[in-house]
Amino acid sequence: MKDFLFIFRGPAYEDLNLTPEESQAAMQKWYEWIGELSAKDRYVGGEPLHKAGKMVHGSKPVVTDGPFAEGKELLGGYFIIKAESLEEAAQLALGYPDFKINGSVEVREIMKIPMPA
Amino acid sequence: MSTGAEQPQQLVDHLFRHEAGKMIAVLTRVFGITNLELVEDTVQETFLKALQVWRYGQLPDNPSAWLMRVARNRTIDLIRRQQKLANLSDELSQRLQASTENAVDQFFLDTEIADSQLRMIFACCHPALNPEDQVALTLKTVSGFGVQEIARALLSTESAIQKRIYRAREFIKSETILFEIPVGRELSVRLEVVYTVLYLLFNEGYNSLKADELIRHDLCAEAMRLCKLLTEHRLGAEPSAFALLSLMCFQASRFASRIGEDNTIILLQKQDRNKWDHELIRLGYRYLNLSSTGDRLSVYHIESAIAAEHCLAPDFGSTNWSALLQLYDYLLERKPSPVVRLNRSIVVAQLEGVHAAIDLILDIPGIKVLLEQHYIYPAVLGDLYGRAGNCNESRRLLQRAFHLTSSLAEKKLLQEKLQALS
Repeated sequence: MKDFLFIFRGPAYEDLNLTPEESQAAMQKWYEWIGELSAKDRYVGGEPLHKAGKMVHGSKPVVTDGPFAEGKELLGGYFIIKAESLEEAAQLALGYPDFKINGSVEVREIMKIPMPA
Repeated sequence: MSTGAEQPQQLVDHLFRHEAGKMIAVLTRVFGITNLELVEDTVQETFLKALQVWRYGQLPDNPSAWLMRVARNRTIDLIRRQQKLANLSDELSQRLQASTENAVDQFFLDTEIADSQLRMIFACCHPALNPEDQVALTLKTVSGFGVQEIARALLSTESAIQKRIYRAREFIKSETILFEIPVGRELSVRLEVVYTVLYLLFNEGYNSLKADELIRHDLCAEAMRLCKLLTEHRLGAEPSAFALLSLMCFQASRFASRIGEDNTIILLQKQDRNKWDHELIRLGYRYLNLSSTGDRLSVYHIESAIAAEHCLAPDFGSTNWSALLQLYDYLLERKPSPVVRLNRSIVVAQLEGVHAAIDLILDIPGIKVLLEQHYIYPAVLGDLYGRAGNCNESRRLLQRAFHLTSSLAEKKLLQEKLQALS
């Protein structure tokens, strides 16, 4: 088994103006997804990210607020999961509940660098 | 980093809606009823925080307490920010802060939460608001429904609901309605309005065949939840409140058996009584018993007794029609409305025959206009004429009813009756 990172991008929930009932429904879908991944022993963990952030960039580095030019593309959080292959990991990502609100999942294998013998 | 749960975790149905109502009520005690927008924003922020954290697999053991805690902390934050603006010494600031936390915590005690919710119900049911606005505001503020959900439930548009809520809030602000439980005579007057609003809410869910099943069910359940809330508070536990709650239980017990597949109406005489919810019927009797104290017989007592009478009969044939007629006579004394007269005449038809019933309907004050405007009158009268063998009159009235109703289910039922005539 290899470790993979799911990186979630999508609109911030606060911009969606959800009613209490809709919030609960949205959350329930996430539990079910995590539940499914856990049942298959694929879920390792995950954490949300704060919306506020800084960017440090440039050849003479400057610090700016951001990188939130595109609100819809906000990096919202990540999961670490286990899978046999990148293909399986991508299959598992199909369970992500926020495709309908234009969210996306970037699936990346976490590289294990072997110690030289 | 959290570890994943073994089983998908499940929140109690409508937890967020119910918690929204609680939080709005409590925070209104803190910020005042003129600051409803600030209150609702704070509640919204609390849910966002939950959504953000819980989504990643960290469901707290007691979600309800977690939400309340976040709302409480946010409240204290907001107050602290206000106090900072006041240029006070550090010493005084610290003392004020301690006493603020103390005072705010009082509002978050369970008994105080119940009290605040009752105050909110009373505020939304202020007699100076019109009934449409009372219902919309109650659903939004007490029940945590979204505007779109209210529009679906009340068969209205989002902008119309938006307007009603806005109008009601402006009124509350301009009149500075007290966020208190009225006392003495004013309490009983206000309770009557609350009963009316809850009954309206229930009937919107129970009778509107146009809205979808799910939202109608939600509406009935919500009316029952609020009525129960009322009966659990020492100032709301009036006999009439128990009577209303028992009436809702009896009616709701037939919820599923009234509508067949493909949304057709199943009439009382044809319903499968095994499908009635017997747990709800049992609760109905329990609350009816609890309502039988005091010396006042409210219309809810009588209507509940009527509903109970139907639940009592094992089949349509063994309905105790003379007991029902007696109850309708009582009801008519207190509520001499055309629709009560109409329903009473249906009972008379069973006891004395259709001709007596037809005469009674034709004697209803204003019947000419009613027959032209409300489908239920020509539908019932047309049915009686059909049973009396007067096919022409029956056809004319049933067709009239057909044009008056916009419900497909009712149209279908009328169509079947029309076909049976020819």
